[in-house]
Amino acid sequence: MEQTILHKADTRHSADHGWLQSAQTFSFHGHYDPERLQFGALRVLNDDTVNGGKGFGEHPHDNMEIISIPLEGTLEHQDSMGNLALIRPGEIQVMSAGTGIYHTEYNKDADEPVSFLQIWLYPNQLNVTPRYDQQDFSKKDKHNKWLQILSPDAGDEGVWIYQNAWFHLGDFDKGFEGEYHLKNKDNGIYIFVIEGDLQIGEQVLGKRDGFGIMNAETFVFSVLNEAKLLVMEVPQKW
Amino acid sequence: MGKTNILVLADHPEILATILRLINKNELWNGVGAASATDALSVFQENVFDLVLLGVGVDDQTELVLRSSFTSTNPDMICIRHFGGGSGLLYSEIQHALAGRHNQ
Repeated sequence: MEQTILHKADTRHSADHGWLQSAQTFSFHGHYDPERLQFGALRVLNDDTVNGGKGFGEHPHDNMEIISIPLEGTLEHQDSMGNLALIRPGEIQVMSAGTGIYHTEYNKDADEPVSFLQIWLYPNQLNVTPRYDQQDFSKKDKHNKWLQILSPDAGDEGVWIYQNAWFHLGDFDKGFEGEYHLKNKDNGIYIFVIEGDLQIGEQVLGKRDGFGIMNAETFVFSVLNEAKLLVMEVPQKW
Repeated sequence: MGKTNILVLADHPEILATILRLINKNELWNGVGAASATDALSVFQENVFDLVLLGVGVDDQTELVLRSSFTSTNPDMICIRHFGGGSGLLYSEIQHALAGRHNQ
């Protein structure tokens, strides 16, 4: 039977570190809420804004699939594998932390903030060789359609990760009615509203709301106000 | 009330050091590190731990061996996988494990 879970934007944990404002859907850093640990393999969904000239100093990760989706501004990434890259809206960054990686993420603009979604998934393989990739989707069409940005398959569209997950982005007009069919019917689906308003069944969702659906093979949605949506299809068990 | 003793096994020295530094920032926790399964078994025999975190470098077979050994010595001890490498998950992983709710 279909099950759903609603995470309204204003129920996310709000962390203000001065240089960083972070709205966290799931327990993170010093905040622990046993009711907000994960949605299947989706463990972290942080909506971060970093002040001009500030950033995350060098820190390690291991055994985690880490995806960054810039929304505004430019983020500079540097890591222990020798990668130095700028990431802008329209691009997606992915790291498989595997056996261990160090990295920094900085807003190189001294004046303007950078905002981005930081998303972590548990991997389906441990201790893999670390890897980094980023892809530019800015010229891909996602108007009133889903654009696949992530999959488990290196040969498929978008970046890939060590998990049976698929991510899609879409920009939808007011009044548009659409649907999403799961790639794997055993997965759950987590819809995150980047901008706008939509309705799924009886549930109305607004900006930065999250809505998880389990035990369903598809969902149908109606766009109430022009919307930018991120859909994350993730295993519930792995 | 005594400190919660936590054994961390990870074969990446810098990540192990980071995890231990973060754990030991909490005055209620005492973190001890091991860089290999052999070290972990040795340290485990000489100390009483409340929690073991199996971190980077521990494969599935080693995990089975360690869990079996740990629980036969101390059935009340909790043993979990640590993900992320001393990053934003460490605190809630430990809190959740100690609350007996960990389901990994």
